Amino acid sequence: MRYVDEYRDPQIAHALAGKVAFMATRPWVLMEVCGGQTHTLMRYGIGDLLPKGIELVHGPGCPVCVTPLELIDQAIHIAGLPGVIFTSYGDMLRVPGSHCDLFQARARGADVRVVYSPMDALNIARENPTKKIVFFGVGFETTAPANAMAVWEARRQGLSNFSMLVSHVLVPPAMRLILESPKNRVQGFIGPGHVCTIMGFREYQELAEEFHVPIVVAGFEPVDLLEAISMLVAQLEEGRAEVENQYSRSVEYQGNIAAQRVMRDVFTVADRKWRGIGEIAQSGLVLRKEFAAHNAERVFQLEPLFVEEPKECISALVLQGLKKPVDCPAFGKRCTPMSPLGAPMVSAEGACAAWYQYKRHA
Amino acid sequence: MNIFGDDPAFRSGSVDFCGVRKTINLAFTPEVQPGDFILVHVGFAISRIDGEEAARTFNYLEHIGALAEEGLTP
Repeated sequence: MRYVDEYRDPQIAHALAGKVAFMATRPWVLMEVCGGQTHTLMRYGIGDLLPKGIELVHGPGCPVCVTPLELIDQAIHIAGLPGVIFTSYGDMLRVPGSHCDLFQARARGADVRVVYSPMDALNIARENPTKKIVFFGVGFETTAPANAMAVWEARRQGLSNFSMLVSHVLVPPAMRLILESPKNRVQGFIGPGHVCTIMGFREYQELAEEFHVPIVVAGFEPVDLLEAISMLVAQLEEGRAEVENQYSRSVEYQGNIAAQRVMRDVFTVADRKWRGIGEIAQSGLVLRKEFAAHNAERVFQLEPLFVEEPKECISALVLQGLKKPVDCPAFGKRCTPMSPLGAPMVSAEGACAAWYQYKRHA
Repeated sequence: MNIFGDDPAFRSGSVDFCGVRKTINLAFTPEVQPGDFILVHVGFAISRIDGEEAARTFNYLEHIGALAEEGLTP
């Protein structure tokens, strides 16, 4: 496929790894923020191509992984109510709540359906006027415009039986949290190419300047990531801390203005709890008051919940790049993708699941 | 890709994903024309792939690959 195959060229990949080895005079710790990039790095064994001193740590950028346990429990509660059709992206169904997951809720009779797009959930709402259709609106900035558009359209079309359970998070506040931590080890970031396709990279320039940390916005193929790593190492070796755009075939400085507009019309920024990490100020999106009729938390009058995470799970440390999945005593034993203790083992984009799939025998 | 619909919020296109065709919402990419390559996320096109940028980056990357082939350090 064009714009994909050429970015998997092994000769170019090896050449870029050689360039990194040539440039690096000391160890550097780099973090990829986005779970999609974690998956590529693991799948292609990119860490093994690099010189030993270049350490890659995985960031919090898996939306499934950071959705709070409480919200999963609330989703399961709503799905079990009579007259509800609960719709979601497929990867949320296996995320463990405190008692069961949405797949198990479905096995017990709840009407839980996987959709490809939030617009599919709108179609279900149109076709089932006597049912209440709830969509689990989870994701980072990449997904927010699509979810916003579904809510916008529900209002425009008068689909009063459609509501959204929103768990939207933003990348820059999470990067700020990592950078502000006294334990921070990250010296350069591989920036999230799809998030920046929507948002542009102005906010990342602010982070780069404030924390004197280089950020290279990157694509998702092995050559993209290796080029980004080589650009980061070049900056670090030269003492620069700038935002550079490796993914220029998709990302522009200002981002996608049309998508940002819909996002802003429907959502507003608010404090948000991240699973495993805790509350991060101004790190999430919630529905604006004008859309309260489509806010599932209002429609179903949900009470705030507080649920304890499994004690053994170290996902908080993994999501902040402070520990690797194999540092967890439960990894691969009491916690596997078939029976996950914590969310990073659930999604294919989660750091623990990626390690389990590609590196557990390494 | 074929494009249908006049309402910008409902402009959509039939997109070929390596042989699988799906209808994709083009509300966020009003500039897209038939024949373009696009980046799709949850049923929405979120960007038009810039062929010139891709070619420019790739020529550079190929150059690095060719240098390594000749045993030269890039």
